[in-house]
Amino acid sequence: MFSKRKITVICLAASIALFAGGCKKKVPAPPPPPPAPAPAPTPPPPAAPAVAQFTVEPSTIQRGQSATLRWEVTGEATNVSINQGIGTVRSTGSQQVTPTSSTTYTLTATGPGGTITASATLSVVAPPPPAPPPPPPAPAPRQTIEERVSSETQDAYFDYDKSDVRSDARDALTKDAASLKSILADFPNAVITVEGHCDERGSAEYNIGLGDRRASSAKDFLVSLGVPGDRLKTVSYGKERPVCTESTESCWQKNRRAHLSVGQ
Amino acid sequence: MKQLIWITGVAAATLAVLMAQGNLSITINKPNGQLPALAVPDFRGDGQAQTYMAVFNQILWDDLKGSGMFNLVPKSSYPLTVPQQLSDFRVAPQVETPVRRGQAPPTGGGLWLSDWSSPPTQANYVTIGYTAAQDNLFVLRGWLVDLSIPNPANAGGALAKIYTEPMSEAGARTAAHQFGCDILERFGSTCLFGTQIYFVHRTGTLKAPVSEIWAMDPDGKNQRQITHFNSISEFPAVSPDGSKIAFTSWVHGNPAIFVFSVDPVRDLRFYNQRGASVMGEPAFTPDGKQIVFQSSVGGCCGIYVASQDGSNVRAITASRAVDAEPKVNPKTGAEVVFSSGRSGPEQIYRMNIDGTDVERLTDGTGEASNPSWHPDGQFLAYAWTRGYMMGAFNIFIMNVATREYKQLTHGEGKNENPSWAPDGKHIVFMSDRTGRSQIWSMLADGTEQVQLTREGTNLHPVWGK
Repeated sequence: MFSKRKITVICLAASIALFAGGCKKKVPAPPPPPPAPAPAPTPPPPAAPAVAQFTVEPSTIQRGQSATLRWEVTGEATNVSINQGIGTVRSTGSQQVTPTSSTTYTLTATGPGGTITASATLSVVAPPPPAPPPPPPAPAPRQTIEERVSSETQDAYFDYDKSDVRSDARDALTKDAASLKSILADFPNAVITVEGHCDERGSAEYNIGLGDRRASSAKDFLVSLGVPGDRLKTVSYGKERPVCTESTESCWQKNRRAHLSVGQ
Repeated sequence: MKQLIWITGVAAATLAVLMAQGNLSITINKPNGQLPALAVPDFRGDGQAQTYMAVFNQILWDDLKGSGMFNLVPKSSYPLTVPQQLSDFRVAPQVETPVRRGQAPPTGGGLWLSDWSSPPTQANYVTIGYTAAQDNLFVLRGWLVDLSIPNPANAGGALAKIYTEPMSEAGARTAAHQFGCDILERFGSTCLFGTQIYFVHRTGTLKAPVSEIWAMDPDGKNQRQITHFNSISEFPAVSPDGSKIAFTSWVHGNPAIFVFSVDPVRDLRFYNQRGASVMGEPAFTPDGKQIVFQSSVGGCCGIYVASQDGSNVRAITASRAVDAEPKVNPKTGAEVVFSSGRSGPEQIYRMNIDGTDVERLTDGTGEASNPSWHPDGQFLAYAWTRGYMMGAFNIFIMNVATREYKQLTHGEGKNENPSWAPDGKHIVFMSDRTGRSQIWSMLADGTEQVQLTREGTNLHPVWGK
């Protein structure tokens, strides 16, 4: 079976032959002899095959990767083959190759018109050495819940004789809420205690109530941020457990706090 | 008879409230504005009893002086000879010889009654007596001699008594206290010997305090631990008969109420409301059958009342602020004082026991707290920062009906938690004037301030029978 292109080539060759014969007949002459019988048309010489494309893409790979050979042979070819173990192929096609070292592929197309070759080189480079294995996770400090609550939460502070959550306490409790959600997820049976504390002013008796109101306010705020309320309890220590004992406003402020601890 | 009438008059004068230049004072048995002058010479002991006489004489002196009932005459002004029994007194000669200029008046050297009633001693009464070992017991013979009676044979009628105690320092202490008590009772005063002060003894660290309820005698002796919770236990209250205490403890996590008998020490099982984050600051009603307390049952914190076992809980206040430390009028049982933050920093309020007619008693300045009823139900002792910075409490007393008040301590450290003694004349309180909080007692006019505890930190005293 011929391709369309081959037919076209054959027809062209035939018409050239006819045109050449016609020119000779234009010389004035006695009555023309009887026309010579038209010569039998000479078959055109077979066209040599041509390689329209022979590429390898990409041209460089790391060992272990693959590349694609593409080729296209035009002209009349009776045999198209690629070395390196690929063998006979169709005149147009593609094939994946996975050489382990740099390889030059040679395509050989053979036809009545001759033989033509083309080559394409695929460079294979060594892959980069593997990265060292990731360091073993820092010997996972198996933190207790007490350590986590202590390190991941902060106290919320209050004004003198007040139990409403002021803006800096909102910020602190918002961070605490995120920490608590994570901690409570990691310790599914734990309960967190919200402790309410007071400064040394006011009576010890009155401060039991004030501390309870502070603990409740802080708990309510945490619950509003999604911390499960059934895993928070409150306790007031009034002014019985101060963090400092000076009679100064800075010390008093440290003591007016809601503090998070692990419940019983 | 004349003497009896005089003593009755003295008793009636006790606790008369005098207003002098706007200052409230609870007068303590001051006939005609003067205390009887009492001479208390040292007693001598025979045999083994002599070992304990230094302790004995000190206690007798301290009890009589600390009572506020007498003006004790300094020992340096006593005659040289001290009678040891009533029969040692001699009758002074009836006919006085004219005293020449520059010549000392005749004296009996201490054996005439007039030696004690004249200058420089100028006593109205003198105590005499001695102690001896008898059958291995500490025996005291004591007299109170009325120097206004001319005949020594009759002068001992004020008091003549024999006391027999174990031969030990404790026995000598008891004999001295008992003799002092009997003298005080002759003057219509309630004896505090045998009453108990309960308080909180605190140890541990700042972050992890441990406090337990303790008890001691009114002179700070015989201190002993009542609770062993190894937790925080605070705010003791005593039942009117002295047989029970109630207090607040964190031993189960949240503050909860406990009621204990004290002899023997036993938990009487107060039922705390489940789910309440605060149950605390209990106090007894005058009949001893109910407990008023602070609770967060309906939001923190209101005043509630319940039976002694915690049943039949009823709310008295429903405040949006903190109501704390309720105390029921011991005389009427119909009135409650408490501290509250309902108008700002805490102040003292009163109300009927059904919660009606709430009135503020303090004027809104500073912080006022720790109300304690006088046994007569007319006066309060309390802590107030009036005139000082917030937190710097002093002890005040107030006439509840007139709101007139008087300041008893004046910035000697922080002074808090006053509690009236059963005699209505003494107040026990805590003060940190020595650096750490300790228990002190004083008379209700602020005099005779005595430190009762010295070891560790001691808080929240309450004086019971």
